[in-house]
Amino acid sequence: MSDARPDPVFEEPWHAQVFALTVHLNETGLFAWPDWAARFGATLARHGLSKELNGGSDYFAAWLETLEGLLADRDVADPTTVETLRAAWEEAYLSTPHGQPVHLES
Amino acid sequence: MRASLQCMPHDHHDHDDPHALLPPEPALRVKALETLLTRKGLIDPAALDEIIDTYENKIGPKNGAQVVARAWSDPEFRGALLEDATKVVADLGYFGRQGEHVVAVENTEDQHNMVVCTLCSCYPWPLLGIPPGWYKSDAYRARAVRAPREVLAEFGVTLPADTRIRVWDSTAEVRYLVIPMRPDGTEGWSVDDLAQLVTRDSMIGTGLARQP
Repeated sequence: MSDARPDPVFEEPWHAQVFALTVHLNETGLFAWPDWAARFGATLARHGLSKELNGGSDYFAAWLETLEGLLADRDVADPTTVETLRAAWEEAYLSTPHGQPVHLES
Repeated sequence: MRASLQCMPHDHHDHDDPHALLPPEPALRVKALETLLTRKGLIDPAALDEIIDTYENKIGPKNGAQVVARAWSDPEFRGALLEDATKVVADLGYFGRQGEHVVAVENTEDQHNMVVCTLCSCYPWPLLGIPPGWYKSDAYRARAVRAPREVLAEFGVTLPADTRIRVWDSTAEVRYLVIPMRPDGTEGWSVDDLAQLVTRDSMIGTGLARQP
C-alpha cells in the first residue's frame, strides 16, 4: 500500500504529544476510552457551532481542551497549576538564549 | 519528533532573535500538562515517545492492506474475518489499544461500504494508523451519512446507480474496516503484490482498490 503522497501523521509536534499523552493516560487506567470519545465528541460539536472544523489544528485544539477539562474534573490537573506551569515554560523559552536547550526550573 | 520535557529550540530563520523560538500557545499548555503529570508520577515520558514512534513509524495502512490482501487470497481467512475480525486481527498482532472491536465489511457489486465517525474520529488505528485530516473534518463527518454519493464523487469515485451505499458510523467501541472489491486481472497474485493495490482510502470506503 502506498498512497502517492501520504499525509503527515501529525502536522505539528504538539499534536503528537497531546495524542500520546491521552493514549498513555487511557492505558494507565485514568479513564476509559468511551468516556474520552463522548467528551471529545461534545467538544467538537460545540466548536463546530461557530465554524466548520477542518480536521487539522482546530481538531487538536478541541482535543487539548477536552483533555484539560477531563483532568481538571478528575482532580488530576488543576487549571491554576497548569496555567502557572504554562507561564513558566513560556518564560523559560523567552529567557533561554537561542540555540540552547530549554529547561524548566523546578 | 520527541515528547520529552527537555526540548531543543526550533530552528529559527531570524538569527537576530536572542531567545529560543517560542512554541505555539497550545504546545505550551501540553508541556504544562506533561510537566505536572510527570511530577505527580502519573506518566512516563518514555512511554509517550514510544506511542508517538509507534503511530508515526510502525502502524499504518500497510497493516490493513495485508489483511485485505489475505482476505482476497484465502477464502477461509476471509470467512473468519467477516465472522469475527477482532479475533483475526488480534491473532495477527494488530490489537486495539483501546480494547475496541473491529468489524470487517465487504464491498460487492450490490453494496459499497463507507466508514465515518459522526461523533469524533473513531478509526481502526491498529489497521490504518492515524486518520487523515479530511476524516476528522466537519465537512466529511457531517456529509458522509447525508450525501454519501456526493462525497464519493468528490473523491473521484462514481458507482453504478444500482449499487447500494451503506455508511457505517464508528464508535469508541466498534471500528470498521472496508474490504474493497478485488480488481480483475489479479488472479494468482501473491498477498504482498495484492497488498500494493489496497489504498488507505479503499479501506475507509472513499476509494477503490488500484487497478493492476
